[in-house]
Amino acid sequence: MLGRLGLDAIPYNEPIIMGTLLVVAVLGAALLGVVTYYRKWAYLWREWLTSVDHKRIGAMYIILALVMLLRGFADAIMMRAQQAIADSGHAGYLPPHHYDQIFTAHGVIMIFFVATPLILGLMNVVVPLQIGARDVAFPFLNQLSFWLSVAGAVLVMMSMFVGDFAATGWVAYPPLSELGYSPTVGVDYYIWSLQVSGLGTLLTGINLLVTILRMRAPGMNLMKMPVFTWTALITNILIIAVFPVLTATLALLSADRYLGMHFFTNEGGGNAMMYINLIWVWGHPEVYILILPCFGAFSEIIATFSGKPLFGYKSMVYATSAIGVLSFFVWLHHFFTMGSGANVNAFFGIMTSIISIPTGVKLFNWLFTMFRGRVRYHSATLWTIGFMGCFAIGGMTGVLLAVPGADFVLHNSLFLVAHFHNVIIGGVVFGSLAGISFWFPKVFGFTLDERWGKIACWCWQIGFYLAFMPLYVLGFDGMTRRMNHYDNPDWHPWLVVALCGAVVIGLGILAMGVQLIVSIRHRGENRDLSGDPWDARSLEWSTSSPAPFYNFAVIPTITSLEQHWENKLTGRAYLKPEHYEPIHMPRNTGDGVLIATWSFVLCFALVWHIWPLAMLMLAAVIVHFIARTYNRNTDYYVPASEVARIENERYARLVRVTQVQRPSSSRPKAA
Amino acid sequence: MRHYPPNFARISRYRSYSSLSPLRWATVGVTTLLAGCHLALFAPGGDIGVQERHLIIVSLALMLSVVIPVIALTFLFCWRYRATNKRATYAPTWAHSTTIEWVVWGIPCVIVLFLAVLIWGTTHSLDPYRPLASKTPPVRVQVVALNWKWLFIYPDYRIATVNQLVVPAKTPIDFELTADSIMNSFFIPRLGSQVYAMAGMQTQLHLIADQAGTYRGMSSAFSGPGFSDMHFEVKATSEADFRAWVASARNGSNKLTHDGYLALAKPSVNSSPMFYASVEDGLFEQVVNQYMPGMKGMPGMHNAMTQAKE
Repeated sequence: MLGRLGLDAIPYNEPIIMGTLLVVAVLGAALLGVVTYYRKWAYLWREWLTSVDHKRIGAMYIILALVMLLRGFADAIMMRAQQAIADSGHAGYLPPHHYDQIFTAHGVIMIFFVATPLILGLMNVVVPLQIGARDVAFPFLNQLSFWLSVAGAVLVMMSMFVGDFAATGWVAYPPLSELGYSPTVGVDYYIWSLQVSGLGTLLTGINLLVTILRMRAPGMNLMKMPVFTWTALITNILIIAVFPVLTATLALLSADRYLGMHFFTNEGGGNAMMYINLIWVWGHPEVYILILPCFGAFSEIIATFSGKPLFGYKSMVYATSAIGVLSFFVWLHHFFTMGSGANVNAFFGIMTSIISIPTGVKLFNWLFTMFRGRVRYHSATLWTIGFMGCFAIGGMTGVLLAVPGADFVLHNSLFLVAHFHNVIIGGVVFGSLAGISFWFPKVFGFTLDERWGKIACWCWQIGFYLAFMPLYVLGFDGMTRRMNHYDNPDWHPWLVVALCGAVVIGLGILAMGVQLIVSIRHRGENRDLSGDPWDARSLEWSTSSPAPFYNFAVIPTITSLEQHWENKLTGRAYLKPEHYEPIHMPRNTGDGVLIATWSFVLCFALVWHIWPLAMLMLAAVIVHFIARTYNRNTDYYVPASEVARIENERYARLVRVTQVQRPSSSRPKAA
Repeated sequence: MRHYPPNFARISRYRSYSSLSPLRWATVGVTTLLAGCHLALFAPGGDIGVQERHLIIVSLALMLSVVIPVIALTFLFCWRYRATNKRATYAPTWAHSTTIEWVVWGIPCVIVLFLAVLIWGTTHSLDPYRPLASKTPPVRVQVVALNWKWLFIYPDYRIATVNQLVVPAKTPIDFELTADSIMNSFFIPRLGSQVYAMAGMQTQLHLIADQAGTYRGMSSAFSGPGFSDMHFEVKATSEADFRAWVASARNGSNKLTHDGYLALAKPSVNSSPMFYASVEDGLFEQVVNQYMPGMKGMPGMHNAMTQAKE
């Protein structure tokens, strides 16, 4: 009846896990209590859980990412502490089985449940606003995608307390991840959490691609699209191209584990090399999926805060597209040491170094955007400048790893670990945090506290170098990754420094929390009344902050690459339209969150082999989805009078603000 | 399986890098600096490691020639064009310059062109499958990655060791590698390249130690709970000492038989070095072929599915 699930699935004898469970339970209960005490359940359900508004879904993606960041970071600091202790004969405080789960969970969580939701959230918030659309192409699907990601995240979190998680490394190479060597449910949790969240990511990819291609405001041809939307376009094409590969690869691994097949086993003609190829056919484009929208965010930020258009817009577009294409021809650089021939290795090495050309061009373009600009040091600017230095180093070490002869000694070392943290923290994390501080007022209507934002930024920057530069050194000293303990005393001091770095990053995360609390408490003073707090350039800044649920009362006609800036220059910004028309909008629905709930239970049942429940939930998912397609009551019209009321309020506010300070009037004249 | 003739051209290629005189001096300087920290990869003990160190330094120097100016320009520009500096030129509409665009595409293209030539040459000369050029005949070692220890079989001497590799210095070592079940990577940082050891497959690696000494070896691909202890000691000895060691190893009483292998292959952690005075013929080939249905693997050799059922 309960399959493999029994009371022994709960790790009673692990004090660290039980302590965590206690903390999570207390915090969870407190959260539920607060919501109940303030009678916010109905509000939450009506306005957030059932929302199909792309801005709210985007915000929820980012909240999910930040919550999961806490877990991923907790894993990180536990690993750093373990390695700082477990020198020459000391076992440390984490036994191998627990430690192995922690580094696996850290990788899975940071990639799938922090980085991915961060960029999906940013794209969700920004893309429709930048192209003058009222929502994404398929609002219900968007909601479903988000809740499927949540289902995956909950499954990973649950694995800590019920059963265990994979102890295989985050890409779960067979034969180690096969039943013979990983007989517990850990790898099954891994498979199903990635399957369900991967499905969500794929659906979002389709959704945003259609949105960008079909829903741009009249006049916005592709070469008038803001750069962030361009990067989102390429990212979503990559998502659609490679996420099915991940799904298929994991399906084959599940066939091995559940149905006794032999795709990747040692015996029965299976071949683990096939899995390694397939997972990286997905895995390498995945890193470009993550980084491209961040490149887009940096481009918008650097142009805005330099008071200049982005240098070399066309170059940026071609560079982004080139990265998209090239990202498919580099996957083998993850395993030069597998014994491929020199020609194959050299080909993939050269292809990988070629990717650094368009990336290098981007760096130069950001540089020349600042050149002869008026750079304002907002925290978003600080993140961007920090990124430029950091990414130059990370890119360089990446190209070094792409040289097969160098990779033969650096492969799987801490040098590699330092490299990918260098580009993922320096690129994706800095980019997303810059984007959050930049676009936050567009969703919530007030700006984030600058002081704490800058403290967070400095902690992250300093912490990053302290935590990861020692890892480069350790890589040169032949220290390999994923070690639970070691007997080389030379490594110890560097690992202690790395732990200190992780602590400083922790302070950065703490500062982010304080920033959020301070900003919410002082939201009255930091309200963005103009809708354009940074004197920015693209379309999203022409509407109010927070953007109304319909985004634009009147769909703008596009005549310029920087429409809002153009409007400000020509005095056409903030003109009140003569009349309003009814607006066609999607209706909120609980279907997405419910279908995702059934999917979650389905995955849980599959992990534990609870077949009757799995059958039931599979049927529920399918029937519910079909029933949803018969629901005709999915949209409505906002009456013109209601639009007029909301807009009149806005213009009344705007008049008050512009009397004090017109957003772009203080701009100096052209030189 | 690929066969290469011994490559005598490789060493002269290495010399040709050194003829770039300014780069050479920079390289020597950086090397001295880094060797001062005693980092394993900058204190190589063999020719492959020396070439790889050289390759790392040359590639890094090439890239730093762009990366350092870019980082410097970043800080220069963001300081010079800070909003409060009203004396700096402000060009609020300037966003295109064909000349600059040519330069910014051109510089990375040139760097990558150099890198591509470097990659093509060194990937071939450092190919782990390529036999090393030497007048001394190579010593063959068959490596089996077990859970979680290393078995080294010397087929020409019919001896074997566990977790200790003894080789003569100044003699090429031809490794053939496989794994009993889980994938590992065979790596001796100070000697150079690593290669995966995979079950049911055989890979090759050629290394050499230039001086007698002791080096650390390890697995560098995560392989489960015993992974961190899966390291071994490499002793490079003089030719005479090696012969003496072989002779003494042959005098031992331990024999690696069929059943002995099966017992050894059972998962264990932190095994201390062991020596076998004799090894059953064709053991390595049987390990490689154990998963092949039509071929004669060793009867009773373990198999993941049966092990899981046990």
